[in-house]
Parts: sequence; C-alpha cells; structure tokens
Amino acid sequence: MKYMMLVCTDPEPDSEPQNHPDVEVWVAENDAAGRRLQGAQLAPASAATTVRVRGGQLLVSDGPFAEVKEMIVGFDLLECADLDEAIEVARAHPMAWAGRIELRPFADLDQ
Amino acid sequence: MTDRAAAAAAVAATAVDAYPRIVAALIRITGDWGLAEDCAQEALARALDRWPVEGVPANPGGWLMTVARNRVLDVLRRASVERRKLRELAVLALTAATAEPAGEEVVDDRLRLIFTCCHPALAIQDRVALTLRTICAVPTVEIARAFLVSESAMTRRLTRAKTRIADAGIPYRVPSGPALRERLPGVLAVLYLLFTRGYDADGEPAFADEAIRLARLLVRLMPEQPEASALLALFLLQHSRRAARRDADGNLVPLDRQNRSDWDHAAIAEGVRLVAGLPEQGPYAWQARIAACHATAASAEQTDWRRIADCYDQMFRLQPTPVVALNRAVAHGYAYGPAAGLSLLAEAREGGGLDGYPLALAVEADLVARQGDRDRAAALFRAAAERVHGDAERRALLDRARSG
Repeated sequence: MKYMMLVCTDPEPDSEPQNHPDVEVWVAENDAAGRRLQGAQLAPASAATTVRVRGGQLLVSDGPFAEVKEMIVGFDLLECADLDEAIEVARAHPMAWAGRIELRPFADLDQ
Repeated sequence: MTDRAAAAAAVAATAVDAYPRIVAALIRITGDWGLAEDCAQEALARALDRWPVEGVPANPGGWLMTVARNRVLDVLRRASVERRKLRELAVLALTAATAEPAGEEVVDDRLRLIFTCCHPALAIQDRVALTLRTICAVPTVEIARAFLVSESAMTRRLTRAKTRIADAGIPYRVPSGPALRERLPGVLAVLYLLFTRGYDADGEPAFADEAIRLARLLVRLMPEQPEASALLALFLLQHSRRAARRDADGNLVPLDRQNRSDWDHAAIAEGVRLVAGLPEQGPYAWQARIAACHATAASAEQTDWRRIADCYDQMFRLQPTPVVALNRAVAHGYAYGPAAGLSLLAEAREGGGLDGYPLALAVEADLVARQGDRDRAAALFRAAAERVHGDAERRALLDRARSG
C-alpha cells in the first residue's frame, strides 16, 4: 500500500531530544529497503500560496489554507505492506518525537 | 423441550465457539469483513431452519463452516467482474480449504481477529463494538443499547470501523516479537472495558460473560503471557460476587454487607489458583491479588487490609493514576485508620484529577463517618449521589447518607 506520510510540528514535543533518531539514517535505511519512494522538507508556511477558483474567478492568497498549530513541514511517500509496517517506519523518524506524523493511505479506486 | 427448542439450543451452543472461527477463517481468505459476517450469520439461520427437521449433525461446527463457505462461494461466483481478481483468489482458497481447518490455523484465525478488532488505529469504542459484534456475535441492537445509541447509528459505526480497517491498511495479523508486547496491553484493555460494561450496575450483564470467555481464549492461545492470566483471574474473582451484589429490590449491596455464601466459590477457587501462578509484575496481577484478598476473606472484618494496602502501593508505582491513588487511600484507611486514608486522599486530589469524581466524595464520606463526624459524612454522601450516573449507585449513596 502507498502511504503519504505528512510530517508535522507539534506544540508538545518529546522532552528528551538526545534520544531522537537521526533523519539521515532514517532516509538511508528506508530508501535502501524500497519503502521510501520520495520525500522532501517544505519551505515554511510563510512561503505558502493558496489557490481557489470560485464562480470561475481565480482567488490567490498568501499563507496556508488554515491556521493550525500543527503545520506540515515535510512529506515522504511510503510503500508498505500494511499500516503496521508504516507505523514502524513513522516511529523511527525524528519528527515522530519532535513533532507528529500523519499516515494517509492512498485511496483504493479499484474497489 | 420441543425439537425446535432443542435445535435452537444446539445452534446457540455451537455458535459460541464456531462463529468467531468461521468469521475469522472467511475474513482471512476473502479479506471482506461484511461478506464473512453475513455468510456466517446465514449459516446460523440455516441451522435454525434445518436442524429441527434433519436433526443436529454429528459435527455441528463443521456443518456451519461448510454452509458458510458455500454461501461465500455463491456470492463470489455471482459477483461483478470488477471484483474478479479477488473472486478468483478466494474461490481457489475456499475450494482448497477443508471444512474444519486443523489445529494451528484455527488458533491463529481467532487471535488474528482479536488483534485486528483491537488495533490501536481504531477508536477505543469502535474496538469494543467490533469485538462484541465480530468475535462474540452479539446482535447490533444489544451493542447499541449498551452504548446508548440507536441501532442504525451502531450499524453505521460498525460499517465505518470495518471500512477503516480496509482503507487504513490495518493488517489481519497477530504481531510478533516486541510488537506483541506493545500491542497485548491494548487488547487486554478492550477486554477490561468490555467486562466493566457488563459489570457496571446499569450495564449489560452478558458482556461480562463475553469478556470472561475471551480472556479464557487468550489464556489458552497465549499461555506464555501472564497479564492475560492475571486479567482472567481478576474477572473471575470480581464476577464471583454477581449474585450477592443486589438485594431483592435490585439495590446494590456494598461488599461488607454481602452474603458471602452467595459468592461463586468455584470461580473464586479458579481465580485464586491463577493468581498463585503469577509472576510479581504487571498492573492486572496486582489488581487480581487485591481481588483475591477480598474473595478469600471469611468476613468483611477479617479482610487482610494491610496486604491490600501493600498491593495498591505496588500498583501505584506502576500506574500512578488518580483512580489508583484513590483506591490506595481507601485501603490504607482500612489498614491503618481513617486519618491515614484521609491523608492519602488529600495527596490523590492534588493533581485535580479527582475533581467532580463522585467516588472520591463517597470515599471521603466513608472515612469522615468512621472518624465520627456523621453530619459532614451525610452531606458528602448526598453530594456524591448528586453527581453519580447510575440509579442503583445513587440509591446506595443516599442510603448511606441516611444511615451514617
């Protein structure tokens, strides 16, 4: 299954940063295992642009589409056998400790 | 008994064990929860129809499995072309599968079902509802009643939960190694909640029986997990008092006034045997030891409160929650006098976790009463009664407010 792993900040991070895993190790391991198809860190939310079309009219505004405490700061596209494997991958990412991670499976359109 | 009644009893007796095995096997093969449940239900309905006429078959569980499996095959053969791939795979597996799969496979199927229904990626209430519906075969209308929602709302919730299992990619598997250690407490917590829903004064008594049955199954399937044994012991010891907990008018009878000869002494003996075999650690192990102290005391006065206070001290070290702290205060109150209890109660209240919790007021009332301040105790009992949810509990507290 394909999972979009959304990497987010969190107002209450884990309090022992010395225990947090290393992101380089995480990337290397999951790339080598074929579980990470791609991924990137994103520029801060202040660089975001929101686009809407309403009644055929283009509306462009600055900033993210919603004011949230948990901001998306990166993403990784995972290929995993199931949710348990995706959870194991996510827990080893430093941002599971310093922030939070949301796992979103791709919609299954074959059903 | 009429033939029909005898057949219905035979179906019910077979279903207890066979239903979860059939559902589990069909889910494993087809990956389709709804289909598996529908076909297992249809097999039960067919048995109710046929057994009164044809007699109960020699292997009733195998009969049900065969009927359910053939029903799945029928549905899949008529399924639309879009699902052809699943259909081909499943038909192949179903045709190859024996009606009564052997040893290990059966064990794995039921455990798989329990671990999937209790997966942490499902909301806790959904875990309880799914477990009741899929493993215990409790009718949706009864689950709805226990959750205080309409039957259609519960049907929607169960459908959503099953869809989520498929969409989120929750595996149909028993975790192994360190993952098992992480996941087992979550499964035990669902059983505990199930038991509590049955044991609560206004709960569904049948849920407690279901929780005990599931705990037994877990112990049999995972004998190397002491916390599962501890949970079963705890259930047996608490449930042993079910006949003595209410008087003729349905009012709750407190532990110290229960008629101990009404307790289920076979259940107590089994619980005590399990407790004796437990290793030191584990929160359920301490709870089971405490329950064993109560269950084996010849009278309320002869209860070994010092031993119970010790157990709560140990448990509080493992689980420093406000409710454990409250129970610890109760135990110390009986072991070392009401002043000791009140001092620990004050400590337990420090974090604010017991604010508005009616049981904390009732505990304070009891301790104050034993210090001789009846007026203050009565006021506290009344305040607790105002906040409590169940009618039976409210009556019991108001009764204490009057009698002191």
